[in-house]
Amino acid sequence: MEVWSGNRAAAESAKRARVQVVSAYPITPQSSVMEYMAQFISDGELDAEMIRVESEHSALSAACGASLSGARTFTATSSQGLMLMAEVLFFASGLRLPIVMALPNRSLESPVNIWSDHQDSLVVRDSGWIQLYANSVQEVHDMIVQAFKLAENERILLPTMVCYEGFLISHVAEVLEPLPQEKVDAFLPEPDPKWAVFDLDNPFQINELLTPEAFPEYRYKQHTAMKRSIDVYKEIGAEFQEKFSRSYEPVMGYKVDDAEVLIVGLGSIMSTTKYVVNELREKGEKIGLVDIKMFRPFPEKEFREITRDARVLAVMDKDIGFGTSGMVYPDITRTWYNRDGPLTMNFIVGLGGREVVPETIKRIYEIAQKADRKVIEKEGEIYWPDTLTEVIM
Amino acid sequence: MKLADVTTEEYLHHGGMACPGCGAYLGLRLALKALGKNTILFNVTGCIATTLIMGVTKIPYIHTLFENGPAIASGTDFGLRILGKREGVNLLVYAGDGGTADIGLQSLSGAIERGHDFIYICYDNESYMNTGGQRSGTTPLGAITTTTPVGKKISGETRPLELKKDMLEIVAAHGTPYVASASIAYPMDFMDKVKRAAETKGPAYIHLFATCPTGWGADPSKTIEIARLAVQTGLVNLFEIINGERRITVKVRSRKPVTEYLKHQRRFKHVLENPDLINALQEYVDKKCARLGID
Repeated sequence: MEVWSGNRAAAESAKRARVQVVSAYPITPQSSVMEYMAQFISDGELDAEMIRVESEHSALSAACGASLSGARTFTATSSQGLMLMAEVLFFASGLRLPIVMALPNRSLESPVNIWSDHQDSLVVRDSGWIQLYANSVQEVHDMIVQAFKLAENERILLPTMVCYEGFLISHVAEVLEPLPQEKVDAFLPEPDPKWAVFDLDNPFQINELLTPEAFPEYRYKQHTAMKRSIDVYKEIGAEFQEKFSRSYEPVMGYKVDDAEVLIVGLGSIMSTTKYVVNELREKGEKIGLVDIKMFRPFPEKEFREITRDARVLAVMDKDIGFGTSGMVYPDITRTWYNRDGPLTMNFIVGLGGREVVPETIKRIYEIAQKADRKVIEKEGEIYWPDTLTEVIM
Repeated sequence: MKLADVTTEEYLHHGGMACPGCGAYLGLRLALKALGKNTILFNVTGCIATTLIMGVTKIPYIHTLFENGPAIASGTDFGLRILGKREGVNLLVYAGDGGTADIGLQSLSGAIERGHDFIYICYDNESYMNTGGQRSGTTPLGAITTTTPVGKKISGETRPLELKKDMLEIVAAHGTPYVASASIAYPMDFMDKVKRAAETKGPAYIHLFATCPTGWGADPSKTIEIARLAVQTGLVNLFEIINGERRITVKVRSRKPVTEYLKHQRRFKHVLENPDLINALQEYVDKKCARLGID
C-alpha cells in the first residue's frame, strides 16, 4: 500500500503504462502530474521523451504528432488549458489518435476560480473523446492504464480523458494499492499501432478535406466507435477485475435494489454520497446511488437497467449549462424519455469548489423524496441546494 | 547545386488545385525535389493545404490546423526518436505567412526554442490568400487587400511601423542555427538553402517569397518576373544566417526603384498615384539594404 495524491497516482499509472511521449503545459491543479513524469524520466525510471511545450494548444498538438509517429502518448491539463485545447480535441478525435489525458477538473473563468467543478470536461463532452470519471485516488491510478487499453483497442481508436476533481482528488493523499508493473505489462502490452501513422514506405495523406459526399459517414463511424467503447470498457473492466481484483463498470450502483430515490452523479461527490447513503440506510431510508464512471459515450442501456425500479432520480451536476440545466442531466432524462421510468430532478451543486457536504446531499434526498409530478409541475425540476439564490435575486 | 543535379523525380502528382502562376505551389515542388522522398510534410492550413486535397503528395503528409504545424512536428520529432526511427527523415513544415507570422507564431517560436530538428518554410504571399486575400502581418505598407480596401478616407495597408513583420529577424533572434530568405525566382539558390536546412541539426527556417497573381492582381505569366523584381528592387533580400553569421547569397548590382516592382500589381495601384507612399516605401527599402549590406 502507498499514500499518494491523485496526481501522483495518475503519473505512476502512466509510468506503468510505459508511455513513450509526454507533452504538457503547466496549469493548476494539473502541474504536478507533469512534474512527476519529468522526474521519472530524469531518474531513468521511464524511457520516454517529454515535450515541455509553450501552451496547451501545442501540448495536445505535439501529442498528436507523437501519436502519428506511432508512440504511446500521454498528456494532462485542467480548466482553461482544456479550453485552449478545444480545437485540437476535435482534431485528435477526428484523426482517431489514442492519446490519453489526465484531467484534474477545475472551474472556468470568469470570475477567476481555481477550485474544482466539472464545467471544463463537460463543456467538451461532445468533442469525440471518451470520458471516464474517477472518484478516488485508487480509481485515478486504475483508470489511466485502463484508458490506454481502451483507446488503443483496434475496434475503438479514440482519445480518452480520465477526469478527477482538482484538489479534492488531485491533491488529497489517499491510501491505494499501486498496480504491480509486471501485471500491468501483461494487461497492457507494448502498442501495436493500428491507427494512422506516418509511413515512408506507404505514404498517404492524413486529414484531407472531406466533402459532404463522405463526411456524414465518417462522423457516423466515429459515433459507432464511441458506442462500441461501452462494451469494450466492460470487457476491460472484467479483465481488470480478474487481474487486479477491483471491479469497474461504465455505471456502478450502490444499494439500488429497493431504493426509491437514487442520487446520480460523477466524481468525488459520489464518495460523499456513499457515506450519506450508508447513514440514511441505517435510519431505514430507501436511498441508493448511481456513480457514472463513463460519461462519454453515455451508457444508456446500462443506466436504464440500474435505475429501472427507482421512483426518483436526483441528478447532481457540479456544473451549469447557463439558461438550461446541468450538463449531465439531459443525458439522464433522454435515457428515460418515451419510456415508463422514474421522475428526474436536477441539483446544481459544488460550483467553483463549494464543498458538497453530507448535509447538501441529505437536503437533495429530502427534496427528491417528497417530489411527485404535482410538485415538479409547481416547483420545477432544477434546484440549487447549496446556492443562496434568494439573496442574489 | 547545379541544374544538372536537380532530380527529375516529382514528389507531387499532377492534379494539384493551385491557381495559375502560384508561387507557393512551385516553392513546395522545388523544396521536395531538394529533400527527396524521406520527408514527412506538415502542411499548415492555407493555400497549399487546400490545393493538395486530392492526394497529390508522394510522401507522408498531414494537413495541420492553422497554428499548430510546428507543435505537431515537435511531437513527431520526439516520437520517432524514442521509437528509434528518427535518422534520415526530414520533417518539413510548409506554411503561409498568416500561419507563420500571425496565428502560428507562438508554436513556431516554441518548437524552435526547444531545438526540435525540423525544417520550416514560410511561403510568404503577403496576405490570407486562401480565404480570399485578407491582410496579414506580412502585408506590406500600402498594399490593398480585401480588409485594407481603397476607400474615400483610407486606402490600403497603413501600418505605422515597419514595411512588414520581419520574420527572419524574429526567428534569427531565437539563435536558430539556420535561417534563410529565398525567392521562387532564384530556384537554385532556394534549393541550395533547403538542402542546407536539411543538413542542419536542429531547427531551420526559410522565408520564401512567393508571388500570388490571384491576390496581387498580376498576370500569372509574370509570377517569376515579379519575384525577381522584388529582389532587384531590394524589397526582398536573399541571404542566409548560419549560426548567427549573415551571408548575402544574391547580390544586386544596381538596385531598381521600387516602382519597377509595384507597377505590375493592382494591389499597389493607388500607391503609384501617391508620391509620399512611394517615397516611404523607397526609404524603408534603402534603409534595410544599407543595414544588410545589400548594395
